[in-house]
Amino acid sequence: MSTMIKYEEKELKVVGTRPRRPDGVDKVTGRARYGADYKLPGQLIGKVLRSPHAHARIKSIDTSEAEALPGVKAVVTRDDFPDLAVEYAAAGELTINFHDVTRNMMAREKVLYDGHPVAAVAATCESIARAALKLIKVEYEVLPHVIDVVAAMQPDAPLLHEEQYTEGVKPRPEKPSNIAKRLEFKLGDVEAGFLLADVIIEREFNTKPVHQGYIEPQACLASYTEDGQAELWTSTQGHFVFRAQCAKLLQMDISKIRVTPTEIGGGFGGKNNIYNEPLAIALSRKSHRPVKMVMTREEVFRATGPTSGGNVKVKLGATKDGKITAAQAELSFQAGAYPGSSVSPASMCAFTRYDLQNVLVVGFDVTCNRPKVAAYRAPGAPIAVFGVESVIDEMAKKLGLDPIAFRLKNAARAGTQTYYGVKFGPIGYVETLEAARAHPHYSVPLGPNQGRGIATGFWFNIGNETSATLNINEDGTVTLMLGTIDVAGGSRAAMAMMVAEELGIAFDRVRPHIGDTSSLGFNFITAGSRGTFSSGMASVVAAREAIAKLRARVARIREVPLEAVVWQDGQARPAEASPHQFVPMSLADIAKVAGKTGGTIAGHAEINAQGAGPGFGTHIVDVEVDRQTGAIKILRYTVVQDVGRAIHPAYVEGQLQGGAVQGIGWALNEEYVYGADGILANPGFLDYRIPVASDLPFIDTVIVEVPNPNHPYGVRGCGEVPIIAPLAAIANAVENATGIRFCELPMSPPRVLHAMDKAAGKE
Amino acid sequence: MARHQVTATVNGDAVEFLCETGETLLEVLRDELNLTGTKEGCGTGDCGACSVTVDGRLVCSCLVLGVEAEGRSIETIEGMAVGADLHVLQRKFLEHDALQCGICMSGILIASRSLLERNPDPTESEVRFWLAGNLCRCTGYHKIVEAVLDAAREMRGA
Repeated sequence: MSTMIKYEEKELKVVGTRPRRPDGVDKVTGRARYGADYKLPGQLIGKVLRSPHAHARIKSIDTSEAEALPGVKAVVTRDDFPDLAVEYAAAGELTINFHDVTRNMMAREKVLYDGHPVAAVAATCESIARAALKLIKVEYEVLPHVIDVVAAMQPDAPLLHEEQYTEGVKPRPEKPSNIAKRLEFKLGDVEAGFLLADVIIEREFNTKPVHQGYIEPQACLASYTEDGQAELWTSTQGHFVFRAQCAKLLQMDISKIRVTPTEIGGGFGGKNNIYNEPLAIALSRKSHRPVKMVMTREEVFRATGPTSGGNVKVKLGATKDGKITAAQAELSFQAGAYPGSSVSPASMCAFTRYDLQNVLVVGFDVTCNRPKVAAYRAPGAPIAVFGVESVIDEMAKKLGLDPIAFRLKNAARAGTQTYYGVKFGPIGYVETLEAARAHPHYSVPLGPNQGRGIATGFWFNIGNETSATLNINEDGTVTLMLGTIDVAGGSRAAMAMMVAEELGIAFDRVRPHIGDTSSLGFNFITAGSRGTFSSGMASVVAAREAIAKLRARVARIREVPLEAVVWQDGQARPAEASPHQFVPMSLADIAKVAGKTGGTIAGHAEINAQGAGPGFGTHIVDVEVDRQTGAIKILRYTVVQDVGRAIHPAYVEGQLQGGAVQGIGWALNEEYVYGADGILANPGFLDYRIPVASDLPFIDTVIVEVPNPNHPYGVRGCGEVPIIAPLAAIANAVENATGIRFCELPMSPPRVLHAMDKAAGKE
Repeated sequence: MARHQVTATVNGDAVEFLCETGETLLEVLRDELNLTGTKEGCGTGDCGACSVTVDGRLVCSCLVLGVEAEGRSIETIEGMAVGADLHVLQRKFLEHDALQCGICMSGILIASRSLLERNPDPTESEVRFWLAGNLCRCTGYHKIVEAVLDAAREMRGA
């Protein structure tokens, strides 16, 4: 059973305006409390000993000297955690396996990447904890390692998991492999489709792993009591899922763990997964003291999820008049140390912007000696779409068509059957293409060494389990308790706006809060652009339940039948033309007497929200290539996106701008660099270069609104789509400027310079 | 472990603290003085989240030792608003919706104030280069730059 609420076109007073965010003042005054800002009396500091090897068998771990160091109160290793069997669970867009989660949290038989935890200590201060790490003796048998995805797929590659046989291949392979899984999505007959094509283009693309790059390192604080209860404060995108995972990993009852989410300093998918949380609880259990653990930036890079690097092969066929006849792709994604990359959603997003008859997408999930990948904003889609939208651009050029016209000719619309299963309802892809074509940016004249690129993106958006509670306070104000994390986009404000709209009261009469795990029923992780869609729906359900109770209460107080009472403009009023007229009661009037007339009034929602609306975006970018340095400058950037309905337009603009800039970083500079030794060479912001203010122009935004028919306010979700298109849009612009087609990311100055020299015959 | 006694001024208040030789000003502010508004994003001077001023000079507090604060005047985000009156920059960041997660905010506000003290009429490009040492992963800097330029306008009375 799931919940969908039909969209209603109505006059809006709050939705669509731009009120101040409830968390704003705390964030500009330094009051907002993030993961590292919590402390408890008597707390210890926990630190993790990490593998210095890319791949090694652990022969022994001796913690005795560390335990003897004065000030050290607990040490934990693999021996402090139960081994867990293979068992899958949903965690954000990706699926986890507890057999692997417990090993990624604390290595058991082997270490599988530079930075893999092997032990953790809790001590009275950080310097003692660090000293203790140096006293732990780990004996390793170093094994050959493999970093690159194509290398890891070779039959003779060093093997991470001796028991891993490729799933999805028949018959079952006889030899184990780093290829954990093969998956396939198929529609029509691509071979027949290619026979109909006048032009066929085939290209191969490679991208590097990139990190979510949130500025707040993971941080948590745990307190375990002698009666077996645990409290945990942590910076997370999903406190309920963290609670469930900690319970499983530590073999505790879910009811005995209470997780309070702190303000989150960025996540982007990277805070969907537990890392230090179970270690902190285990250290607290062993030391009988609260334990705080904060990662360093180096630990964040070495041990928390980047997204996959990928190898993407694309083959596209089209007729002379610009109709795509067949589309084929093969995606090989690094999963890192354990299976479970984003290759599945990436496969589903590769060609979904187009209405196609013949499609074949094959994906491979490949383990290699890197940190286990995590979701990153529209997980996997940018990697696949970089290849596909590059080939789309090349095809348009070859056919002599305008890139937007070519896309429009093949665009997905309402009624399009996707190759991954669903048939689209109302979607706004065509509207974004048309708005982009009409935008002044599309016709700005370009100078020498300048080029313009177009690319588009699609993301599903999701719903899922969500709870909310709305309490009418004694003075008629409203407290709204939410269970999805405000991952920073301002969803708290958006939910309060929808509640204010429903109740017919001012925005500042509703105060939203994110509840801890004891205050609401289960909420799935805030991922997949589900926050404002699903929590918005839950808030509306809760508000409507409260309104029903308010009406019933007034009917009783005024001694009129229920149908004589309507809720309008924040008041219970007599229904028009009803014979039962009475003096209206405002929310404050009812609240004042609620206690004596039946008790306080609240609304609840415990729903499984479904019917999320697919999101589409079209990006235009102008670049200038410096022929002396190879540096690419972004001159102009425009994001056009269908968001269904922008509840708070400024926050939607913020999502479009921020997402596009993350994509710009991915395209131009960001990459994990490994030495031949399998050690990460750039675990810091100096050498892993995310975009800075001086790299960028203003990012123009155009919000297209094709309402989602399955949400009361038409919300689709908007956070993930904008990161998808920039990679290809920039590559297309660079091709336009230089005539060189870049199939490798990032397009960093040395690579661009090298390619230009090569093209000029200098090498 | 030997600890040093240090006397300094923080946001106008005289403070005294003890710190280890290797302890940074950032750690002192957060752990000894409970001023957690200043954030650690990297600990290596690359992200600017820990920006404060020392005797009016903009620094990454993770690159300054606690003992170096002796006799100095330090300003942090906690001292930016005066009573109930937010600083113009704080107000403009709210009006322009220039923040999302907010972890970079303290550093960006302190750095922006330093810019406007030196250059009351910066160009867009000057704002962008001045803030190039302050990483923000959420916003793409668009609304941040707008807010700083608008604050500058208001502070100039333009």
